[in-house]
Amino acid sequence: MHGVSKQKSTEMGRQALPAFLLEDLSGNKHSFPSGNETLLCFLKEDCPTCNLVFPVINAIADSNAARVYALGQTFKGNQILKERYNPVATILDDTILKVSFAYEVETVPLVILSDRGGIETDRLVGFDRAEWQEFFSNHFPEIEIAWDDMPKWQPGCGSLTQDPIIGQRLRAESENSPIRARRIEIGVHDDVHEFMFDQGFTDGLPVVPPTPERVFRMLQGTRRDAQEIVATVPPNLAPASVEKIAINAVLAGCKSEYLPVVIAALEAVCSEEFNGHGVFATTMGASPVMIVNGPIRHKLNMQMGMSALGQGNRANAAIGRALRLAVRNIGGAQPGGTERSTFGSPMKITMCFAEWEERSPWMPLHVERGFDADESVVTVFAMSGGPTLIVDQSSHQGKQLANSFGQSLRAQHHVRSHRSGDALLVVSPEHADTFENDAWTKERIRDQIQATTSVPLRELIENDEHAVGIPRSRASDLTDDQLNQPVPKFASADNVHIVVAGSEAGMFTAAFHGWASGSMGSIPTSQKIED
Amino acid sequence: MTTILDPTDERTPVVRTVSPRPNKLTGRIALLDIAKPRGNVLLDRLEELLSERHPTLEISRYSKPTFTKPAPSELREKIQNDCDLVVEALAD
Repeated sequence: MHGVSKQKSTEMGRQALPAFLLEDLSGNKHSFPSGNETLLCFLKEDCPTCNLVFPVINAIADSNAARVYALGQTFKGNQILKERYNPVATILDDTILKVSFAYEVETVPLVILSDRGGIETDRLVGFDRAEWQEFFSNHFPEIEIAWDDMPKWQPGCGSLTQDPIIGQRLRAESENSPIRARRIEIGVHDDVHEFMFDQGFTDGLPVVPPTPERVFRMLQGTRRDAQEIVATVPPNLAPASVEKIAINAVLAGCKSEYLPVVIAALEAVCSEEFNGHGVFATTMGASPVMIVNGPIRHKLNMQMGMSALGQGNRANAAIGRALRLAVRNIGGAQPGGTERSTFGSPMKITMCFAEWEERSPWMPLHVERGFDADESVVTVFAMSGGPTLIVDQSSHQGKQLANSFGQSLRAQHHVRSHRSGDALLVVSPEHADTFENDAWTKERIRDQIQATTSVPLRELIENDEHAVGIPRSRASDLTDDQLNQPVPKFASADNVHIVVAGSEAGMFTAAFHGWASGSMGSIPTSQKIED
Repeated sequence: MTTILDPTDERTPVVRTVSPRPNKLTGRIALLDIAKPRGNVLLDRLEELLSERHPTLEISRYSKPTFTKPAPSELREKIQNDCDLVVEALAD
């Protein structure tokens, strides 16, 4: 009878117990099965019930009725037990808890009796005097124990394997662990952080060491299989498994619930449309801006109000950084290697924010781009400059404000450069109100930007004063009508992307200037965030 | 001792060696324009000088559709099949 046991083996009847090899406190190795009938007792020194039963199991060893292995869970506790009882029973050191984990020990003391071949014949958990008496009368009737001096019942203690942190480490190290990545042992005399800098794993700032237990915990953030390949990362065209992304998410300081956003962002960045290869390699110093939409913004407590584009919010900062570290470490995009930006950009460290959909008078970005409002989506936009502040505290009409946007965007890349690049406008709530009061749609804003930036083609031709512009050779064949044709700043109104974020106070809009646009450059790309 | 997991793609580092350079200019040579502005200016002049000084050279011109992406594999195969040497023009 095993009334209190919750171990599955009792329901399954006689089954072979996991074999093991452990050292006693003198360093001698002991194997199980031992070739003799053996009593295993999992215990820890600071558990009162373990101390209650220790003399009882030692009596079995003392009478030579069976081999007795007491598997102690802490090194120091084992030393104390030895001094306290000077036992005949062999104390085995299970400080690394591998055997306790394999036996799925939940409560100590756990006593398991095995036959000489390692098949379980009986077990006890905690201390229930009647059960222990029955156990002894069944297996060791000749051993006398002063049962009447013992309590009728005393609960056991939690096994150390049940400690959440220790449990995660053990699951990460077990045979059916989802982790396959190469393990790197850092020597005891090495500083972990210095080591990671030396290996080139960081963006220049410290990273969180991706230990197996942290990566295991990170992987709990997604339902996807750890070995699923979700993207091929440029420039090395290396396969990115969920596990590799999780490792980089740990480096960046992510919580596990951020992981699905990082995975989706990497998928988007590695798409043909986004052209990550060009974005990371260009001397123009382009980098993805991540815009998160949908319910996940609230779940992750992302910043979409005050300082949305800046520092101080863990989700914004860590998600953006995880994407960059994944590209760096998995794809191999490193400054001086294939990443060859002239100036670089602080935005290459992290640039991620959420749209304040609830404060916007317009359709949120992801709905505009074909997703349902209740889906969570990340959109990546290749920026080469910004966020540049458009300061307009004077306009009270939609048209005036849209004209301000257009006139300010003329400076993108070069005032004389037209039809190249996309722009991303992050409109503050106060500016959004100006448009709402005037019933201005995003479409009207875009069209007005195109109208106010249009100049006759002839003004964009290179001349003696200005080398930047349409080459003279191309212009020489054009008719007067063609030369008078107005040319707007952007190839199409669709190249202007508009979202709302920022605090309630401030009549500003932040503009991200794009990189090369269209199929020759990078097309903003959205990816649904899957659990 | 701390154990961490490798965040990289775990490629064994490979030292890339440069293809052996020919001792003299003969055979079929490809001039590849990566499509950056004025790359053609450099290659035009190079073609002029090569035809002048090495009249036996067979010169072919190629260009990538865009400098922002690696050359398409068809183009790489064509150059490899049709030529013995390639000069690639970076510009700006």
